[in-house]
Amino acid sequence: MISAFLFRGLAGRIAWVAAFIALLGILVPLSNLMLPSDHALYVPDYIVSLFGKYLTYALLAMALDLVWGYCGILSLGHGAFFALGGYAMGMYLMRQIGSRGVYGDPILPDFMVFLNWKELPWYWYGFDQFWFAAIMVLAIPGLLAFVFGWFAFRSRVTGVYLSIITQAMTYALLLAFFRNDMGFGGNNGLTDFKDILGYTLQNPATRAGLFAAAAFALSLALVISSAIVRSKFGKVLLATRDAESRARFLGYRVEHVKLFVFTLSAMMAGIAGALYVPLVGIINPGEFAPANSIEVVIWAAVGGRGTLIGPIIGAITVNLGKSWFTAQFPEYWLFVLGGLFVAVTVFMPKGMLGTLSSFSDKVKSLKPAPKPSQTEAGEMRKEGEAS
Amino acid sequence: MIDSNTQVTSTLLYLDDVSVSFDGFKAINGLSLAIEPGEMRAIIGPNGAGKTTMMDIITGKTRPDTGDVLFEGQMDLTQHDETEIAQAGIGRKFQKPTVFESQTVRENLELALSGNRGVWASLFYRESEADAARIEEILQTVRLQQRANELASDLSHGQKQWLEIGMLLAQDPKLLLVDEPVAGMTDAETVETAKLLREISKTHSVIVVEHDMGFIRDLDVKVTVLAEGSVLAEGSLDHVSAHPDVIESYLGR
Repeated sequence: MISAFLFRGLAGRIAWVAAFIALLGILVPLSNLMLPSDHALYVPDYIVSLFGKYLTYALLAMALDLVWGYCGILSLGHGAFFALGGYAMGMYLMRQIGSRGVYGDPILPDFMVFLNWKELPWYWYGFDQFWFAAIMVLAIPGLLAFVFGWFAFRSRVTGVYLSIITQAMTYALLLAFFRNDMGFGGNNGLTDFKDILGYTLQNPATRAGLFAAAAFALSLALVISSAIVRSKFGKVLLATRDAESRARFLGYRVEHVKLFVFTLSAMMAGIAGALYVPLVGIINPGEFAPANSIEVVIWAAVGGRGTLIGPIIGAITVNLGKSWFTAQFPEYWLFVLGGLFVAVTVFMPKGMLGTLSSFSDKVKSLKPAPKPSQTEAGEMRKEGEAS
Repeated sequence: MIDSNTQVTSTLLYLDDVSVSFDGFKAINGLSLAIEPGEMRAIIGPNGAGKTTMMDIITGKTRPDTGDVLFEGQMDLTQHDETEIAQAGIGRKFQKPTVFESQTVRENLELALSGNRGVWASLFYRESEADAARIEEILQTVRLQQRANELASDLSHGQKQWLEIGMLLAQDPKLLLVDEPVAGMTDAETVETAKLLREISKTHSVIVVEHDMGFIRDLDVKVTVLAEGSVLAEGSLDHVSAHPDVIESYLGR
């Protein structure tokens, strides 16, 4: 049943894109590790880290697309799920430091020693085990999304009101994580990581491995999301997006539909965050900043929402632009980003991918082909005459 | 006493002394109505008579302040929400045709097709031959076979109305509530729709709300006249249109 379900996700261009991303996950690390650095196809270390980071952003944008593009839930708080997944991974990485920290405490992370804490808080238990952290990467964002969604969707909070409370959610978490006595490193967050699963994070091979993990995670998430939107449930998602009360009167439990897809999307965002943290080497409360979540919406909009692939392209393109602009003209980036969002909204409401497909449709329709609409109109006329 | 009890249990839909007010305005005022299994009933009334509010109450969108609303003699509709009521077997067509515009005609029918509405069931749903045949049959009934794979947003107004009726059929409810099915239709389409509804009423109970008197005459069923939130008259169209109160409420004083 599951395999048949996933197989459906591999229809059309999704299969090609998923295969391409997975292939990148194999070829880029191979080229980085095997080829000599003067080879034409050699991928330098910093590119591996940078594009690894972009892949995690792409996963985040695709997760957002699942709720926004398909179910009409404009979440302006997906950065929070990303950050929570990141913190869960960061806690694991902190505990791997062990006695190699500045203060050399075998159990307590440096910031706790600095705050004069004597024991590890209970919620840090278990994070020395990778499997436990991996479960938490899914469970914590998932649980928050479930509880949040349970109340919001049951109370029928929709549209802009829902967007505002998701902003409030991420802002509240931002403030909470800034506090030192929360026990997550306060302002500085979690950093100075040494290794993951026994592999040194500074080692290019570990980075290449993380790149591969990000690529495989994105590829798999794309196939799963595609299988979901191509199933009958995907049609229910669109129905909920386009005419929520009609879906209710057809007997669909709309709040369950939203809750399922919102929770799943939050878990994907959590995975993205967990892959992001070891690649960049730090997680701090800044990741909860409301502006971050809004930026994710821009990636999805630029790439083309409701396409799954579009947001992946959008996230990578916008961040490439950001990397280039912040190096060349650092003070102009925010204007460019804002301008980009306005331009896309006004001139390309379907985003890059949507504009491209409607353009290719137009090219196709220019070719002489039997026009089905005409023959149909003829038949209808005949029917009308008969009756 | 015994008589009235048996009456309640054999009645498909039973409204007794239902009232609801919005900000002090009594939209429904002591409304009582009984629909028998297999019956088709037409409901007419001037604007603001409470026709749509009555439908909202039956389908769980609006909760009445007082009164009983019973479905099949035992289900208290005031205690359930839209989803539960739809699953219990009451389907509704809106005044303004409401179909899923970004999906094809066939997908609209597939969504409406009766079956398990759960998240898992729809994730792993595979169309059976019986389901496909049923959709084909409905496409034929509502005369949309030619347009099955077109987006619902590309349909004409009248075709959207028919698609929505088709969706009601796919849902296969025990009771259909049809709000102004011929609004905006051409005369030919109106005649066709009356035919279609008469066909449907052979196997389903139907409540039709409509303004178009010619259409009501075509339906040839018992008529209930609503005015100011309660029943003004009930009977055949000729009977009610001869009723002095009805004439007054329609023609004004």
